[in-house]
Parts: sequence; structure tokens; C-alpha cells
Amino acid sequence: MFDVKRHSATLLSFPFAFVIFAFFVVPLCLVIMVSFWDYNSYSIIPDFIFTNYQDIFYGCVKSLPDLCTSFATYISSLKFVFITWLITLLTGFLVALFLVFCVSTLQMQIVLFLLCTIPFWTSNVIRMISWIPLLGRNGLVNSTMQNIGLTDSPAEWLLYSEFSVTLAFVHLYTLFMVVPIFNSMMRIDRSLIEAAHDAGASSFQTLANIIIPLSRPGIIIGSIFVITIVMGDFITIGVMGGQQIPSVGKIINVEMTYLQFPAAAANAVILIITTLMIIFAMTKLVDIRKEL
Amino acid sequence: MAKQIDRRSLLKTAGATAALAGFGLSAPAVHSANEKVVRYLGTATTMGSEIDKKLFEDTGIKVKYIPVTTDEVTKRVLTQPNSFDIVDTEYFSLPKLVPSGNILGMDSKRIKEFDNISTTHTLGEIGGKKIGDQGTAPKKVFYLKDEKSSEFSSEPTRWATLIPTVFNADTLGIRPDLIKRPISTWAELLNPEFKGKASILNIPSIGIMDAAMVVESMGEYQYPDKGNMTRDEIDLTIKILIEAKKAGQFRALWSDFNESVNLMASGEVVIQSMWSPAITAVRTQGIPCVYQPLKEGYRAWAVGFALSAATKGYQADVCYEFINWYLSGFVGGHLNRQGYYSAVPSTAKQYMEGYEWDYWMLGKAAAKDIKAPDGKKLASAGEVRDGGSFVERMGGVACWNATMDENRYMVRKWNEFVAA
Repeated sequence: MFDVKRHSATLLSFPFAFVIFAFFVVPLCLVIMVSFWDYNSYSIIPDFIFTNYQDIFYGCVKSLPDLCTSFATYISSLKFVFITWLITLLTGFLVALFLVFCVSTLQMQIVLFLLCTIPFWTSNVIRMISWIPLLGRNGLVNSTMQNIGLTDSPAEWLLYSEFSVTLAFVHLYTLFMVVPIFNSMMRIDRSLIEAAHDAGASSFQTLANIIIPLSRPGIIIGSIFVITIVMGDFITIGVMGGQQIPSVGKIINVEMTYLQFPAAAANAVILIITTLMIIFAMTKLVDIRKEL
Repeated sequence: MAKQIDRRSLLKTAGATAALAGFGLSAPAVHSANEKVVRYLGTATTMGSEIDKKLFEDTGIKVKYIPVTTDEVTKRVLTQPNSFDIVDTEYFSLPKLVPSGNILGMDSKRIKEFDNISTTHTLGEIGGKKIGDQGTAPKKVFYLKDEKSSEFSSEPTRWATLIPTVFNADTLGIRPDLIKRPISTWAELLNPEFKGKASILNIPSIGIMDAAMVVESMGEYQYPDKGNMTRDEIDLTIKILIEAKKAGQFRALWSDFNESVNLMASGEVVIQSMWSPAITAVRTQGIPCVYQPLKEGYRAWAVGFALSAATKGYQADVCYEFINWYLSGFVGGHLNRQGYYSAVPSTAKQYMEGYEWDYWMLGKAAAKDIKAPDGKKLASAGEVRDGGSFVERMGGVACWNATMDENRYMVRKWNEFVAA
């Protein structure tokens, strides 16, 4: 007889497995399949060709040391990933550290934590666009700087630049770093810190030898969030970069609007592979399943 | 008597709410017999609440909108032909739409004003003078060989691809107060004088045409057909754009109408590709903005209505009634007062004041203050429309928005420009 009790875990995993299969595995397989199809300006044609992939890397070897579109785009994206990751990690870690170890009551911790989420009450497009009147040529920052005599002419690099894109990314995604790190830190046994203190460890030694290693799962999870979001982003880069800074997402978006679905699918596959490689490297640093 | 809420009426309300909530994803295709509803797919820039209201008063037809961007219109026609009754699209999309068989030929015999459609479309001429026909000029794709044919006919037939509604001639928009000198050529877009203060639109199919106008006027190259470039011509055009971009010429690129308004109104940009209603939007904020006529001419576009192949019987009758109403003058007058041109000028005239017609269509100095349809002031008495009369502006058309044979290559090269 089938023992429901013994197989309950397997049975319970079915609904989620089904959701993952139907809404992730199947579409992903379709994307991979379509990336080998041919297309014209009004239809996609079942086929098995490598043209879409060849188009992505068109001229990439020939034009070296000049970068082809794909290399330039990926290098630009990776640069944003790295800078955004570094800044959000630093700020996110410090915010979490403060919330967990410097705020003494649980109530206050919750209040402050909720304060961090306030920006999320509006959509991220609005949060992003609200920077524009601030940073523009005749914006608040420039007019203030000119009025108090800091600069003579408006600073052009404030808006539609790599600076404004990075600023928006940090603003939008720091919380994704705060939450998992906060969660990891909350679970650190306080007696460990007391023990370290009793054994004569300085604050820095405690931080380096106890808190950081034990927050590692949070750091890795937060990093995965930030890296995957920034890799696939095209709206923030488009709006804050004045559409002059490339992103893989934008290339896919343009190809989709021109009905070049196979080309877009091939680009998506390359993007997924790149992102997976980064994530894979990160998970080498920590065994998430064990840590959770 | 106390109003009773029974299960049935509750369900009805819930159903209606659900239908409302679901609209946009998929509007129901079936309507009750006496309710006249048209599911409209398009950018909706040439529609509006005033038009809706008047339409309902005159005909009892309600419009259900599926508003999307220009490129999304094409995508939707090709991928979800059952989701709309009527599509409002550009002539340059037709080489993609017609082969799909998702739109049918329009029966010209059912269109009352068909014979009064502007000659810019039917013959490619104005006032007896030929106008530029590079690109996907409407006359090249105006007729189908048959109702269900996927081939264009060079000879007039009973079956039109689209019933034209609105068109215009586009050029560069400038801020005269910030430029402080006359601008007369497309080449100024890449003039280093405006370094960091120029913009071009990031819609490849239209941006490449504006770029081609610039390249020609810089004297770099004369295209045999700007609207159908060879790979080498695309390479050349993009190379010039990339050089300008690397030199910091562009403040930003824009892909949405509102972005162009903001760039111009905030002074981030002083010269850029622009659309006529965007100029109006900047001006009604009280900021000077000119739709600058340039000596090389204009890039023209035209839109019109077609029916989904799935629209049949009574529903098709309602759609034809809608189109006939649209061409009967009220909308034409409304759009002409925004700086567009109605495809049937003769009916639009009946809905415009004499001084408005003189200003917008004849290029005469305004006898009174000119107001936008919403009542905001656009121009003072004595001013003349940028570019002059209908005949002058449309007569100066150099090319039309286009879909190129090398579209696939062009989009890839355009991405290269954005990435450079």
C-alpha cells in the first residue's frame, strides 16, 4: 500500500515542482529552441541554424582590439554589476550591522527596518525618474551648486551618465542586500560575540572572524539578487543613461519590438549563461543549501 | 422599496468588474447585439476623450482601447489578430502586416469620402506636383490586388490596404531662445556647436531616416533611396552617428514622445528629432519651440485604419461606420488644429473656423490667437505656422517612414550605435 506519510515530502513538493516546470523549465526550453530558428520581418520559421548566435558575435574577433557590440555591451553591464555590487554590499552590510547590533530593542529594530522599506511604497520607475529633476542641467543640484558659488557652469555628468545610472541602481537595490544580511545576522548567537569579547578580541577582530563569516549566506544571497537584477536591467540604464549606454536587456527589447524573436532568444540564452556563470562562481564560495 | 441584492445581480456586477479588469489582456470579442463597440488597436495619439464623446453622441459607438507603441502595434497584429477589430497603423508597417494575412483589404466602395482622400496618398502628388517618394510612400502600398491578396497593386483597385486618417511631415524641433540663430539644414543636428545638447530618436526604423537626412545634408553621401538602404549605406550612416556619439554630441536618445517633450522643455536639449504634438506640448508650457522647416525637406508619415481578418458581419459594419464617421470632419478639424493633417481635408474644413483653416492649412498669418483643441494658446495673432501652408510643407517631403529590405541588418547596426 502507498504510504502517504512516508512520501509526504515528495508529495508536498509536487505543486511547486509543477509551477517551476510549467512556468520556468518549459518557457526556458522554448527560448532555447527558438534561438535556433530563422525569421523574416513578419514571421519566425522553424529551423536549426546558428545565424542568431553568429550575429551576436559578428565581427567580435575580427575587430579586436576594438570591441564589437556584444563585448562592449557585456563589459559595460559587468562594470555596472561590479560597482553596484560593491557599493550596495558595503552600505547594505553596514545598515544591517547597525540594525542588528547597535539597536538594542526588537521593537526599534522593526521600526527602523520598516523605515528602510518606505521607498518601496512607490514603483521603482517613479523612484528612478524622480532623480531627473534633481540632477538635470537646470536641476536642483546644479542650481544649488551655482548659487552657492561652487561651480560656474552646470555639471553635465550628473545626469545621463554612468554616474546617474550607478546612483539609481544603488538607490533601488541596496535593500535587496540589507534584508538577507539582516536575516543572517539576526541568527548569530549573541553568546559567541560575548565569548569573543571575553577572550579579548577587538571589535574589528570580532567583525572579521565572527560576524562576517556567519553573515556569509546573507551576503551571497543579497549579491545574487543584485547581480541578476543589474545584469538583466534595461529600464534604469535607459532612463538614467539617456539611452546612450548599452545593456543586453535593451538589445533584446529592440529585437522583440522588431519581431526578431529568434535573435532575442539567442541573446537571452547568452545572458542567462553569463549570469549563471557568475552565480556559479559565487556559490563556490559558500554552500547555500548547507548554510540555510 | 429597498433594493435587493440577489445572487444574480451580484454575479453580474462581479462579471462586469472582472471583464473591466481583464480588458487590456483580452477584451471579449462578443458584445450584446445592440451594443456597438469597436476594439481599437493603435498608439491612440490621434484619438482622445473628446473624439470618443462625439463619436458616441453621433453614432452610439464606444471605443475600447488597446493602446501600445508603434512597433507593438505591428507585433500585436502578427501575434494576436483576434484581439482587436480595427487597427490604426502606419503605412510603413504594411510590408510586414500584409503578408501575414491578418488584415484584409478595405472595401473602398463602403467608404463615403474615399474619392476625397488627399492626393498625397493616392497619387503621391500635391497641387499637381510630385512629392518625394523615397521610403514606404503610401502610394506604393495603397492598394491590394484583391481583398485577401498579400500583394500590393500598383494600379488602383477596389481594395485599399488602409483607409488613411492622419498624416504629417516631420522635421527637427529647436529651442530658438537657446540657439539664437537661424537653423536651416538637417546637418545642424550633428554640428559640434550643439555638442551635448542634441538628441535623436531611439526607434531604429525612424531614427535611421533622420540620420540619413543629416548625412545627405552634410554632403557625405547621396542615397539612391534613403528608405531602402544597402548594407554599405547602413554602415556608412551608422558610422557617422557613432563618431558623433563618441564625440559627445548627444545629450540623450529618446524613444517615448514624453521624453522628447521633457528633454526640450527642460533645456537639456536644444535641437532634436521631434514629432508635431510634442512641439505643441512644449509650447503650451509657455516655452518657445519651433518645428523648424529645413531646406532638404521633411520626413513624412501616414497612418490609417484596417480591419482584423477576424472582424466579420455586424462587427465589420460597425467598424466601417466608425471609419466613415472618423473621416466625416469632426476628427479632421480636431487633428488639423493640433498641427496634423486629416486625410480628407475637405470635410475637416467644415469643422474649422475660417481663420483656423487660413493659419493651419493655407499658411497665412493668424487673424486671431490660435488655440489648441484643449483651449490653451499655441500662437498669437499675426504669427505664421512653421513651414507655411499644407502645399508647401507636404510639397517639401523628401522621404517617408520606411521598412527596409535590410531591416534585420539595420536593427543590428542600430544596436551597435547605442552600444558605442
